[in-house]
Amino acid sequence: MVSDEPVGETVIDVRDLRVHYGEREVIHGISFDVRRGEILGVIGPAQSGKTSMLKCLNRTLEFTPGATMRGTITVDGEDVLRVRDVFGLRRKIGMVAPLPVGLPLTIYDNVAFAPRAAGLSNRADLDDIVERCLRQAALWDEVKDRLATLGTKLSGGQQQRLTIARALSHDPEILCLDEFSIAIDPVTTMRIEDVLKELRATMTILLVTNLTQQARRLADRTMFMLNGEVVELDRTDVVFSDTPGDPRTFDYVSGIVG
Amino acid sequence: MFTATPHILRKQRTERLAHAMFAGMALSIVVPLVCIIAFLVVKAWPSLSLAFLIEPPRNMQTEGGIWPALIGTIYLVVVALFAAAPVGVLAAVYLNEYATDNWFTRLVNLAVINLAGVPSIVHALFGLGAFVLAAGLGQSVIAASLTLAVMTLPVVIASTREALVAVPRSFREACWNVGATRWQTIRAVVLPNAISGILTGVILQVSRTAGETAPILFTGAVMYKAVEKGDLLPYRLTESCMALATHLYNLATQINGAPESLQFATATVLLGAVLLVNSTAIALRVYLRSRKKW
Ligand SMILES: Nc1ncnc2c1ncn2[C@@H]1O[C@H](COP(=O)(O)OP(=O)(O)O)[C@@H](O)[C@H]1O
Ligand SMILES: [Mg+2]
Repeated sequence: MVSDEPVGETVIDVRDLRVHYGEREVIHGISFDVRRGEILGVIGPAQSGKTSMLKCLNRTLEFTPGATMRGTITVDGEDVLRVRDVFGLRRKIGMVAPLPVGLPLTIYDNVAFAPRAAGLSNRADLDDIVERCLRQAALWDEVKDRLATLGTKLSGGQQQRLTIARALSHDPEILCLDEFSIAIDPVTTMRIEDVLKELRATMTILLVTNLTQQARRLADRTMFMLNGEVVELDRTDVVFSDTPGDPRTFDYVSGIVG
Repeated sequence: MFTATPHILRKQRTERLAHAMFAGMALSIVVPLVCIIAFLVVKAWPSLSLAFLIEPPRNMQTEGGIWPALIGTIYLVVVALFAAAPVGVLAAVYLNEYATDNWFTRLVNLAVINLAGVPSIVHALFGLGAFVLAAGLGQSVIAASLTLAVMTLPVVIASTREALVAVPRSFREACWNVGATRWQTIRAVVLPNAISGILTGVILQVSRTAGETAPILFTGAVMYKAVEKGDLLPYRLTESCMALATHLYNLATQINGAPESLQFATATVLLGAVLLVNSTAIALRVYLRSRKKW
């Protein structure tokens, strides 16, 4: 499905991004932009640098010893390498990792963790945030009677929705999902896809996915990454057509490689 | 279909042989411990009694009990624990949670490794020079305990790091992703889930120093102190004390006329105390692990 809405302004702008792990360069100077209100799908085989790219956006790459990034990334016009408040930058971007992570805290505390870390302590406000985020992540009805149980005791699919609730809890402008369906069942995957369809009205979404068809179902534009380069970035219907801009794209989306 | 070919029979024989060999080696670890305990208890039997534990020695230490030494060792270990735990645990948290690979971290790691390789007699001389003389603490409980604390730091750090590493990295990443600082992450997720392993590890490591002789011989343990039967507060931190390990050493080499069973009874108490603390810590750890949150 292609959105006919006019494209919004640039929210994230990546210019000539390079990532090194020690001496080895794994992202070779890529450039692309993410526009307000769109779902940008990112597809590409394993090891092509998708996760590394995401870690540059919120600067969590710094937690990997020996990893360095070069180039410029701006989020809302602000250079991420120069931001005063890197924690504020991270709160602006919701990040969902491939494997579900329920923190070893109660379900309530899992969602309240980020607002508390940002300094919020009013119980009523926290209650509101917890309920809103769990509802948005389609988990509220399943857990509303046991908010005090451990998040780690939920099933994998529930934990992935808990992870999404946590990513929404700090009111991000942009939600990044990294192969969120890799460890969960198809039914939960479809439920989360419905969640994303709801969220697209209020949020910009960067959807890195191992399922090319998922990008086809959800994304307005799709980017194909291969071996640390952007092969193609275009409207989803073009990327998935018989004549995309690069023959490698056609080979990948039609299952000939990857 | 399922008949055993010669090849399969041979494989099964090798398998049984390997099994027996590995089990035999494992058993050979248990045997010395059992023999040591049995040997000690048999030799010590004539002197072992409750009175032996809580009475002071009499008649030039050739009769009576070991209370001053027992309570002295407890003092030394507890004070060493309070000295080593904060430094060791905080250093381990720094090394594991904050440190990046720079010259300072490498220096600290190098120091920890080398500290672990220093023989205890050298620690004894260091304690004598640094705590007894330079710091002016004199031969005292505090000087001996600090010496033991320095000695045990590398293993305290190692066991604390082990407990920290057991908390999955994905938990930390999840916290960083929502804008938590390292400290917020450590406080909310890392420490609460590592603390049981940290505490039991520290207790285990420090209690092992109860058997050290050389480091306390020069720094705070003396041959004899007059202490009332069962007195729980016989020593000031600035005073010297008696200790089980040095008492045993004195009984074996310095004191004439004591029955042989007195030495063995002292050794039995020393071993028994260490085993008691160790097994309590291990039991505590098993219990806390069973309540693990993921
Ligand atoms: N922590 C790391 N240390 C060293 N190399 C890494 C690390 N993480 C990823 N890489 C390497 O970077 C390249 C890109 O990996 P990644 O960003 O995970 O790709 P993708 O998410 O598309 O599978 C791979 O070759 C991978 O081996
Ligand atoms: Mg990846």
